[in-house]
Amino acid sequence: MNDLAGCGYPGHAAEVSHARPALEAIGLCKRFGPLQVLDEVSFKLGQGAFHALLGGNGAGKSTLVKCVMGYHAADRGTVLVENRECAIGNPRDAHRYGLGMVYQHFTLVPEMTVLENLVLSRLPIPAMIRWREEKQRLAALMEEMPFSVPLDRKAGELAAGEKQKVELLKQLFLQPRILILDEPTSVLTPQEADSLLGMLKKRTRSHRLTVLIITHKFREVMDFADAVSVLRRGKLVYSGPLAGQTPARLAELMTGSEEIARTVTREKVEEKPVRLEIDRLDVASDHGARAVKELSIRLRGGEIFGIAGVSGNGQQELVQALSGQRRPDRGAIRIDGSPYAGTRREMARFRLRCLPEEPLRNACVPRMSLAENLALRTFDRPGFTRWRWFVDAKAQKTQARELIERYRVHPPEPERRLDTLSGGNVQRLVLARELSGQVELLIAANPCFGLDFAATAEVRRQLMQARNRGAAVLLVSEDLDELLELSDRIAVMFEGRLTYESWTAEADLDTIGLRMAGH
Amino acid sequence: MNVRVPAQVLESLLIPVSALLAALLLFGIFLACLGNDPLAVFHSMVRGGFGSAFAWRNTLERAAPLMLTALCTALPAQLGLIVIGGEGALVVGGVSAALAGGLAFEDQTPWLAIAAMLIAGTAAGGAWIGLVGWLKHYRGINETITSLLFNYIAIALMNHLVTGPWRDPASLNKPSTRPVGSAHMLGDMPGLGVHWGLALALALCLVCYTVFRQTTFGFAVRIAGGNPRAARLAGLPVGLLTLITCFWAGAAAGLAGSIEVAAIQGAANASLAAGYGYAGILAAFLARQNPLAVIPVALILGGISASAGLLQRSHHLPDAAVLMLQGIIFITILSSETCYGRLQPWLDSRRRA
Ligand SMILES: Nc1ncnc2c1ncn2[C@@H]1O[C@H](COP(=O)(O)OP(=O)(O)OP(=O)(O)O)[C@@H](O)[C@H]1O
Ligand SMILES: [Mg+2]
Repeated sequence: MNDLAGCGYPGHAAEVSHARPALEAIGLCKRFGPLQVLDEVSFKLGQGAFHALLGGNGAGKSTLVKCVMGYHAADRGTVLVENRECAIGNPRDAHRYGLGMVYQHFTLVPEMTVLENLVLSRLPIPAMIRWREEKQRLAALMEEMPFSVPLDRKAGELAAGEKQKVELLKQLFLQPRILILDEPTSVLTPQEADSLLGMLKKRTRSHRLTVLIITHKFREVMDFADAVSVLRRGKLVYSGPLAGQTPARLAELMTGSEEIARTVTREKVEEKPVRLEIDRLDVASDHGARAVKELSIRLRGGEIFGIAGVSGNGQQELVQALSGQRRPDRGAIRIDGSPYAGTRREMARFRLRCLPEEPLRNACVPRMSLAENLALRTFDRPGFTRWRWFVDAKAQKTQARELIERYRVHPPEPERRLDTLSGGNVQRLVLARELSGQVELLIAANPCFGLDFAATAEVRRQLMQARNRGAAVLLVSEDLDELLELSDRIAVMFEGRLTYESWTAEADLDTIGLRMAGH
Repeated sequence: MNVRVPAQVLESLLIPVSALLAALLLFGIFLACLGNDPLAVFHSMVRGGFGSAFAWRNTLERAAPLMLTALCTALPAQLGLIVIGGEGALVVGGVSAALAGGLAFEDQTPWLAIAAMLIAGTAAGGAWIGLVGWLKHYRGINETITSLLFNYIAIALMNHLVTGPWRDPASLNKPSTRPVGSAHMLGDMPGLGVHWGLALALALCLVCYTVFRQTTFGFAVRIAGGNPRAARLAGLPVGLLTLITCFWAGAAAGLAGSIEVAAIQGAANASLAAGYGYAGILAAFLARQNPLAVIPVALILGGISASAGLLQRSHHLPDAAVLMLQGIIFITILSSETCYGRLQPWLDSRRRA
């Protein structure tokens, strides 16, 4: 019933593409090994359109746009830019045809400063770079932006949200005629996302720009897009104007008949003892500045403590200190009263688990298989070893099969290399690993970043379930709605300190907004 | 979907072998330019390396230190480190062994003296590369550069010691430490005519393979090598893993040095720095950093270098010809690294067509 593919339906197409299409893809096919990731996908981008591309995790959205950009070579199919057939062999060709893209995984050179990254992305790179002028130009460009990024910091030191902003800025700096965005708003606050999309929308109005945006957020689609395409398991199931579509209808198009997790209600939990105690913690960032300053938190079992704040205010360093990735400078972390230093034994003893941001970079080994990645927490536990010291690959595989099925990681092949998974599926895999077993203390940072709505609902359900079971959850997120929905207590982090703290039920949204902005 | 694993295995065999053949081809062209008959030279190489019992013995004696120095590169590679300090660790190990055997344990029973030599060499080599690992992890200094520079330091140190404070006055034209004495030398394996060092090297390769590929320790090392951030998230002590792995690596090369002293040279002198450490890097890359594959690779390279004498005698090729072949192999092997991961897509496209 969902396959009433509206693609190429002339009446609608004419409405959207005011004149000739800016970009057209015809019959794109792409296989990875046995997996048909794209199956005869054709779509048109009208000139000056704001076109949304929807689809569940692993539907092939990223692959589709990467084929258009020449990052992957499509097996079959053609791409037309302004009605001319283009042989786009690599992203540099695409750049020449006026295409620009913000990738889902960041592409900045970590060892270079933001300024260098931005300037070097321009092609051809001028023989001589006038750094002062470039900096002024960028500063001027940033004036128009709803956000700013630190030009002199190294890209590798930035938090996910900041990196995303740099990637966006890079594309706006390059001024492509067609801009493709792969989940650009996943780590931005809703306000930031709105102002960014609003700005892009304004540019499309004057036909200076055509936008193709991949997103999992229906709100953004409904507010900004004027056309939409929906992919499901590599097939295009709808492409046409947005008018007449409802979020429910789009969701149905995306999933077919897959069931969506129902939300779990917050249960009344009797007051439990303090589980995590952070006492005047100081953590330095990579470049030595104090990122977390004298931060104290007391977290009880059966409670979700939410930390709001704009990315880059020390949340990343706090999470790293708790997850064992960074050593604090001063202060103490105590769990159940005993000091905690992030060792493997302590993690196992306190049943501490962690969902960091950018899971591919922080929580996975790209070159290893799914089964091995799922065994990161368990490989040396009883039941997963033979003769005490030897790895039991069979037990790992059994565990992997079970987790992959339970968390619907796609494709369900334990032997597959992790770096061939789609962004959302990497996220699901980390969830599967971290939430399985009896979690008693969970540190989560933007856990729904990059997940489709079905998976988002699932994660939130899991977090709430863990809480109801009596686990303590520290939830760091840039999505205020998520925090308001999930947390029992909410705090705002600004420049390394908690500047606001309240019971969520009594929280004052205006004050939160002000504190996030540093007032 | 079951084709994927074999394709990978096939690649890791096919690509090094083709690289080796390509290197032989290039070397053949070079030989032809010199006016030699390449086929005849290759025939001599096989004869000189594997043609007779004598040739085999010669080959095996060269293969043993090669296996050990190859481990010095292959083990840190599991952590994603490129260590090329095998030569230095071998030299340091050899000097320490000579010191232990020639000075400290001179009057002890033979087995005690031999054990002391091997242990001293192993520990010294381990500490040497362990220091490289420490500098890498705690000070962020590039391990490739440090290990390379450490080679020069080790050789200079040895030269200083054997020509200076520890010089045996009896060694006239080749400055050496005091000989350990024939009673304290590592003997031959019965019936083979090859010293026990070969058995030690083979055993160590097997142990390393087991430890690094099958134990939880090896798994932890591979996680840390694949992504240190994820390793820390899992609570693994990345620094400690680095230190232990680098110590093992250096210990293997140090053992090679002590075997050279205890079984061949009888004392530490400039012949220790005979290039086994550098050839070991080549062996490790040819073996794709697999401790088990190091064994056959070391045999081949050992055979090639064993044939140098014959090449010199019957084809009037300079001694350096063998080094040149090694260099060519290194270049083809490194270039072949870009070929991995292409077989599967090619097979797929074939199947579809
Ligand atoms: N390099 C690759 N090798 C093998 N398979 C791949 C590769 N890249 C992607 N895939 C597979 O292709 C499918 C589609 O991936 P893609 O990244 O396009 O998904 P997506 O729609 O962007 O999902 P998400 O919302 O999770 O980012 C996935 O099942 C993935 O496993
Ligand atoms: Mg994607």
